[in-house]
Amino acid sequence: MEARAVISVRDLVVGFGDHLVLDHLCLDAYSGEILGVVGASGSGKSVLLRTIIGLLPKREGQIEVLGLNLDEADEAQRRALERRWGILFQQGALFSSLTVRQNVQFPMRENLDLSPRLLDEMALAKLEMVGLARRDADKFPAELSGGMTKRAALARALALDPEIVFLDEPTSGLDPIAAGEFDALIETLQKTLGLTVFMVTHDLESLYTVCDRVAALADGKVVAAGPIAAMLECEHPWVKTYFQGKRGALLAERRVSV
Amino acid sequence: MSATLLTGELEGERLKLAAGGSWTASHASELEQVAGRLEGEAERARYVSIDMGGVREFDTFGAWMLERLLREWKAAGRETSITGLPEHDRGLLAALARVNREPPSPPRRENRLIAALASVGQAVAGVGRDLTSFADMFGALGYAAARVVRRPQDLRFTSAVHQLDRVGWQAVPIILLITFLIGGIIEQQGIFHFRKFGAELYAVDLVGILVLREIGVLIVAIMVAGRSGSSYTAELGSMMMREEIDALKTMGFDPVEVLILPRVLVLIVAVPVLTFIGSLAALYGGGVVAWLYGGISPDIFMARLTEAISVTHFKVGMIKAPFMGLVIGIVACSEGLKVKGSAESLGLQTTASVVKSIFLVIVLDGMFAIFFASIGM
Repeated sequence: MEARAVISVRDLVVGFGDHLVLDHLCLDAYSGEILGVVGASGSGKSVLLRTIIGLLPKREGQIEVLGLNLDEADEAQRRALERRWGILFQQGALFSSLTVRQNVQFPMRENLDLSPRLLDEMALAKLEMVGLARRDADKFPAELSGGMTKRAALARALALDPEIVFLDEPTSGLDPIAAGEFDALIETLQKTLGLTVFMVTHDLESLYTVCDRVAALADGKVVAAGPIAAMLECEHPWVKTYFQGKRGALLAERRVSV
Repeated sequence: MSATLLTGELEGERLKLAAGGSWTASHASELEQVAGRLEGEAERARYVSIDMGGVREFDTFGAWMLERLLREWKAAGRETSITGLPEHDRGLLAALARVNREPPSPPRRENRLIAALASVGQAVAGVGRDLTSFADMFGALGYAAARVVRRPQDLRFTSAVHQLDRVGWQAVPIILLITFLIGGIIEQQGIFHFRKFGAELYAVDLVGILVLREIGVLIVAIMVAGRSGSSYTAELGSMMMREEIDALKTMGFDPVEVLILPRVLVLIVAVPVLTFIGSLAALYGGGVVAWLYGGISPDIFMARLTEAISVTHFKVGMIKAPFMGLVIGIVACSEGLKVKGSAESLGLQTTASVVKSIFLVIVLDGMFAIFFASIGM
């Protein structure tokens, strides 16, 4: 079965002042895959993500998400599209004045007409699915640890059962154990919910363990895209250093021996 | 539309349900209503079977509704069976079968009276804590100042000059403008009301005494509390947030000496200077309004003013000014050091800093009024 591209970016140009961050970049994400986007710091990974979700203006190019061209979409179509994706921001971006439960309920309350009972049940169900205990539901974001914040933010991103989830460095700031658990969680949820995951990351471990495909960003372009095996064979200097440097080589070895 | 989501038929003791349509988030509340309507029929059945074959879309919301129905039926001792659910959706159902197993925690019920008493108690304790932290900061400043007196080279001179530029020099235009307007307003009100008795010339006495004794220093202190006190709190607070103050401590520096002493000293210097400038601007504003509105020429205004005011009035205002600066500085810095890790706490402490320092400035002014009255100044 030929996978359908749910995110399709063509000739995207984004810049600040004289500086072009993304220079005629093309990238596809296919339905039901976990796509990892890697790149050096400042290579524009987060800029790409923020441009796709419409937080940054683009200069040129086309972005299509779930078959909808974002330039041609009117307000109502955009709103409808925004309900079909969920975004996990790097710092979680939980609303600090609401409890965790209210954070998860917020998109449901605004977009759906649910009874209070169902609203509570669904919020708690989502929180349990991301591995938060029930007693954490009534805490405020300031009372959560880094890992819990990410989980709560993921629960909020999943509140409306989106088809695409954007993750901005989901494992940054987590210890290796928590990062590993979070990777596993993403993989499980992706399987059960049939999500497409667009993940910006620095974490080699995540790339190896959960990503189906990896896209490497350098010089404002995607210099390589494909499964990890293809990355290891890539000749681009940055990609080579990244995947075959000390840490990369270690992981690659382990992967081969397993 | 809603009928297609779930339809049921009772055959003896067996309830046969057929599901269809979209069991998704947008239909969840409809689904809940339909399920509620089928409750009556389900009560008479011993076996419930549900055919999910007709369902086109199925998400967590749908899966939870199905799981909820299954739980209700099982709890009532009915036998259940599901058919026609695709393999993939079974995984989702299984995931939801694990959640919401704990009974919801009962909401904490609090006695209103006790809650009210508790909040009063907390407020009083908060005042106590504020006084302690004020005294604490005052003491720490005194200690740092004593050390700096013994070793004057330890005073952060550069930092002090930089702060003086910010809280003193850069504040001059706004202080000039505000006090000029206030002086003018007092004069206008004085003339307007005194005119009824033909005593508009006394409005000059009013503006002269009021500005020199009270208004000049108060307005300046309030402006400085809002402008510089808040920026002190925000600066020190963000340094707390980024652990800069902890870093200073571990390097063997006393944050009070390095950061707070120069800031407070600068306020003690800047507030009197600004008060002086502000009082002059207020008198000038009064004079301009007296001339344009009251027809009192500048010569007469000056003659009347020199008769009405004395150096004592000027002294009363100026003596208070450094104390105002000290109080604002102590409150601003101690609030800044109370900031915890989050950005909300920074905002809260900055607000608290401004409110508390304005409050203390006015209380202090009242105490000075009593003091000066009793020594006859």
